[in-house]
Formats: sequence, C-alpha cells, structure tokens
Amino acid sequence: MRAYDLIELAGRNLREAGLRNSLTTLGIGVGVASLVAMLSLGIGLQKLATRQLGRSGLFDTVVVTSRQDSRGPRFAQAAPVTAQPKPLDDAARHSFEQMANVMEVYPNFSAVGDVRLEANKGDGHFTVVGTLPQSARTSESFDDFQGTFFSAYNAPEVIILTDFGRELLDLPREPRNSDTKLTAEQANQLLGKNIVLRYHQREAGESAPLAGKVARKKGEPDPDDIDNGDAKQTEDMQTYNLVPRQLKLKIVGIVNTEPNRALRQGRTPVFLPLALAESLNMVQAGELWSTLRPSQTKTYIALIVRVAKSKAVAQVEEDIKKQGFSTFSILDASKGITKFFTFLDLFLGIFGSLALAVASLGIINTLVMAILERRREIGIMKALGASDGDVKRIFFVEAGSMGVLGGALGAGLGWTIGRVINFATNIYLQRQDIRPENFWVVSWPLVGAALAFSVFVSLFAGLYPASRAARLDPVQALRHD
Amino acid sequence: MVTNGTESESVRTVSVVRHYKLGRSIIPAVDGVSLAAGRGEFIALLGASGSGKSTLLNLIAGLDRPDSGAIVAEGADLATMTSEQLAQYRRHVVGMVFQSFNLVPTMTLYENVELPMRFAEVRRRERRARVQEALERVGLSDRMKHRPSEMSGGEQQRAALARALVNRPKILLADEPTGNLDSKTGKEIMDLIRELNRTLEMTVIMVTHERPLAERYANRLVFLGDGKLVGELENTKLEKIGAGR
Repeated sequence: MRAYDLIELAGRNLREAGLRNSLTTLGIGVGVASLVAMLSLGIGLQKLATRQLGRSGLFDTVVVTSRQDSRGPRFAQAAPVTAQPKPLDDAARHSFEQMANVMEVYPNFSAVGDVRLEANKGDGHFTVVGTLPQSARTSESFDDFQGTFFSAYNAPEVIILTDFGRELLDLPREPRNSDTKLTAEQANQLLGKNIVLRYHQREAGESAPLAGKVARKKGEPDPDDIDNGDAKQTEDMQTYNLVPRQLKLKIVGIVNTEPNRALRQGRTPVFLPLALAESLNMVQAGELWSTLRPSQTKTYIALIVRVAKSKAVAQVEEDIKKQGFSTFSILDASKGITKFFTFLDLFLGIFGSLALAVASLGIINTLVMAILERRREIGIMKALGASDGDVKRIFFVEAGSMGVLGGALGAGLGWTIGRVINFATNIYLQRQDIRPENFWVVSWPLVGAALAFSVFVSLFAGLYPASRAARLDPVQALRHD
Repeated sequence: MVTNGTESESVRTVSVVRHYKLGRSIIPAVDGVSLAAGRGEFIALLGASGSGKSTLLNLIAGLDRPDSGAIVAEGADLATMTSEQLAQYRRHVVGMVFQSFNLVPTMTLYENVELPMRFAEVRRRERRARVQEALERVGLSDRMKHRPSEMSGGEQQRAALARALVNRPKILLADEPTGNLDSKTGKEIMDLIRELNRTLEMTVIMVTHERPLAERYANRLVFLGDGKLVGELENTKLEKIGAGR
C-alpha cells in the first residue's frame, strides 16, 4: 500500500472515533508535558548552577605556576617530571595564549598605592590595587553595577568597590558584605571624576658585583652555589630602584562585590585595566622574591589562563603540564557537579516518563478497542486484498499519529507550564529582593527528543494491537451475517 | 497429483480438506472435494446449511487455507502460497460479493469501490476512471457520494459488485448474493452477474441454497453434503431459459 493511502486510511479511522482518540492523544500530551517539565527543571537548575559557578571564574580557569621555584599556590599539582622545568616568563605566557580554547592569559596582579580624589587635597587612602582582565566583564559582580566597564584594556580608568567609594567620600562604613549600593547622588560624586594614584615604579639599576665572594681552592665546593646554578654563571647581580610616581585615573565603575574574588588573596578595592597596570611596572606585593632573583628576564609568580569553555579545561591543563609547568583548576569539583545533575535529570526523567508510560497503556487500550469495533472492516479489507502487513501498518500509523500529535501537544504544554512556573517563581523572588532567574529551560533539542520519544513509545504501544489486528482471521471476522 | 490445469481451466480443487476444531471434536467442513471450473463457466454450489459450500468458497477465495489437498486457480496453487502471495491473489485474481454486502459503512460509495485499488497500489489518476467505469457498469454512477446506509439493499449489492470488479479479476466468487434481497431485486442482481460472466468472460462460482436460482443462471450445479461432493449436474434448462429471456 502506498504511503498516502496508508495515512489517509489511518487518518479516517482516527477521525471516526474522534473523541476516544483525542482523549488518548491528550493523555500522551500530558505524559510528554510532564517529561518535558521535569527535564526542563533539571536542565534549568543545572544551567543556573553552572552559570553561577562559571561566572565565579573558577571553572574555566587554570592557574599556572613554574616548577622552578616554590612560589605560587601551595595546592598546585606538580607537573610530570618528564617535562623540563621552564621559567614562567613572557614567552610562556605567549605560548599559552596561542593554545586552542584559551581566551585570555593574565598574571595575578597585586600592588599597593595611595589613592585620593583629585578634588580632595591632602592625604589619600593607602590600599591594595588589583587588575581586571577583559574577561572579568562577564563576572556576576557586573550584573548590577553603577557606571561602565573599562573602555579599553589600557585606558587610564579605574573601577572601585562601593565600600572604597564610601571611604573616598568620607561616608560612614556599612557592615562588610552588605549589599547596600551607593545612592545615585553619591555615585555621581564619584563616576567620571578623577582620582590620583601614587605608587612606586620599579626601574632597573646597574649591575653590581656580588659582595662577600671568597676565593677558594680548586675543586673545593662552594657552599653558596649548591642550590643556585645560575649564580655560578653570573658574578654580578642586577640592582633596581624604586621611583615614586603619580597617575590620574577616571572612575568609570562602582561594583558592590569584588569581581573574580576567588582567585585573589586579600581584599582588593581598586582595579586598573590589566594592560595599563602591566605597563606601569608597579612594585607588586610579594615581588621581593623576583626582584632578588638574579635572572635577567621578568618572570611571573603565577599566570591565570581563562578557557573559553569548561569542557576544554582538562585539555588545556594537560597541554600546559606537558610544557613543564604546574597547574591547578577546580575541574574535579565541576565533574562532581555534572555527575550530580546527570543523576538529577535521570531521576526527574524517570518520574516524567511514568506519566508517558501510563499514556502508552491508553494507546494500547484504544487500539484494542478499535480492533474489536473494526473487526468486520478488517475482514473486508483482507477479503479485498489487504495483506497482514497492510493491516499492521494502518494500526501502526494510527498509533504513530497519536504519538506525534500528543508529543507536539505535550511539548507545547510543558513549555507553557515551565513559563508559568518561572513567572510565578520570579514574582516571589522579586518580592524577596532576589534577582529573577531562569529555572526552566525548554531547549529545542529537548522538545525534539520529547517528540521522538513520544512517537517511539506510541509505536511501541501500537506493536501489540497492530499484530493482533494483522492476525485476525478474515473468515471469522466476516462470519455471522 | 496436482496439475497446473489447461488453458481453458480457471479453478481446480484436488481432494481439498478443511477441518474445524470445535472443543475436542473435529468437524470436517470440507472433506476431500475435487472440482474443476472452466474459464468463463458459471458454477452454482448448492447444499444445505452446514454442507461446507461457504468454506469451499472461502478456500477458493484465498481467505482460508486447506488442511490438505490443492487449489489451483489461474495456474497457481493457493496451498503453497505465502500469506503475502495470497493477499496478492485476492487483490488481482478474485473478486468477492457477500450476502450481507460488506460495504464499509463509514465510506462513501466512491471510497468503497476505490478501496481494493489502494491495496493493489493503482495510481490515483487511474482510480477515478476505473471507479467510474465499474459504477457505470452496475448503474450507480450518480450515487458516488452516498454512504451505504443511504442506499437500498439492491443498490448496496450492486456497489459490492462494482467493488469486486474494479481490480479486473478473472474469477467472481459470490456467497449467497441474493440472500438478503427480495426476489425482484435478487433477479436484477443475478442478471447483472450473468452479464458480467458473459461480457467479461469471468468465471463465476456462486454459493446458494436456492435451486431454482441456480438452475436459472448456472452452467453447472454442484451439490455438497457434509463437506463432500454429492452430485454434479450440467444445466440443460439453461439455454431454454436464456433464450426465453
């Protein structure tokens, strides 16, 4: 039988028992809707969680330290010993930047300086000065902040914390971590205004001969040289000078919480654009080590590698380790979270599927009823030349049609339920002064999968009725006139 | 010994046996019937109720399978066919009419006549012409949109005949075609069947329990009793009746 005849006959049969088939289809619809609703909730919660975590800057970040020295985070995993240790210098930084999926590579920058409003003469506020890379823009600190982000990666601009803004304006302190923003009036006293930053710049001085070098006999080991192979080569060491500087910077943004907080030690209330800060050659806190190191090239304590997607973190980490560096990421934690949500989705999916399973019983029931009702008709069709396969296919198409219609109905219904619950939840959240979130995510793949699953379940449910109809004996069916 | 038959032979049954189980007892509905029908012949199967005549007709129609024996129709043995081949056979070789017409009540006359062509995968364009032709032949071409419930018994049986013809079968099998009709309408239907038998050279095998009807239209009368063939009679009155018409 040709496809259009099959569809036409099946369609006519579905219309004949319109109410019954509509109710069965509605049942499938409710089943699919419950499945879609459950899975949407699971996916929505997962997205919410990973988005929050992702924006904390932890899950797409690899912290790289050199194996050459003992600086950097204590928890960094040692690189495999196979690789040759290398200095964490600009060449290394550049090579990380060239890797696939790497968004940005930047050092953890922390200097100290003295900050005051340009308009206010007199003493400034001594504070820690940090930097923000361009990728920090996606940090959740910037969801709801006053002003703008840096206009360029090297603009003479500054972003400050609300608390520090209060300090600059000589306002009373709020309790720490309070969410109170500056009033529009207070913010206007700061945004667009200039501050003066005083800091110390490091300048290379002349080479000076090492003092206290004692002449030794040939072959006698030098106790000073045991650890330091480099020093053997160089008899001289670089000196450096600290030169006081001052710089005018425009306040462009005020944030309530510290962006990328997790990767910093201590509290940093003032942020410069990364490239600007690096060009200033400020003396950094904790840099004493590197300044005393007799190396000619500039090395970093640690570099932070931002990866475009958290899935690529493992690969990037692996590649960096191969180059001979130590790395650290919170990948394992994120794996655990993914696993948790996979189980949650599975659990919710099973619950959602229960309704669909009940609906599939409805299909079986409806079609078995149809066989009893159309017994004679099936007999007639067989007498007129319908094969067992033709009869089977007609019932199959009927079951499949109910699956398609029910699936579409259910996907629509599930989407609507999701919208409504999202809407209601967000009204509640707004009353509690919590930012609205998207708990319910109905994605096209999910709708497609739900539809396909619904058709599959329907066809499966149609298996028994279809084969029973096909086996019907036409002689029996046409008997008893 | 099964033969493929001669050129002029349409249907041959060879020692056909069909038993039904009813509880523990076995009922021999057809018990070793051998019968041959020539091409274009009009055979009446006569017998009392339960004599096995309908069972034999269903076996020839390919709706049922014999327990033993052979049924050779248009050169092929039905007993050895797969169920798909039997369906093919029912589509293309035989047409059937029943006592209770067996039209699909939810379909219009047009759709009912079109139905066998859906299974035979006839192209849509051709279907319309064939339905038209078949309905003209039975005189119902102006009732296409009507449903069976809107038609008289005679009209329904004509529709069933049109449906049996539409795939151009070589054999027409009729199971008590006038059983549900009054005698006048019954005669009209029988005249129509005879006309098809003569103009289209279709072999007709008709089950009936009305001997006068059989004598009036059939070439040959075959008598069944308790599943066995109990007598055969060449109809000598036929020419006379035919001439007097």
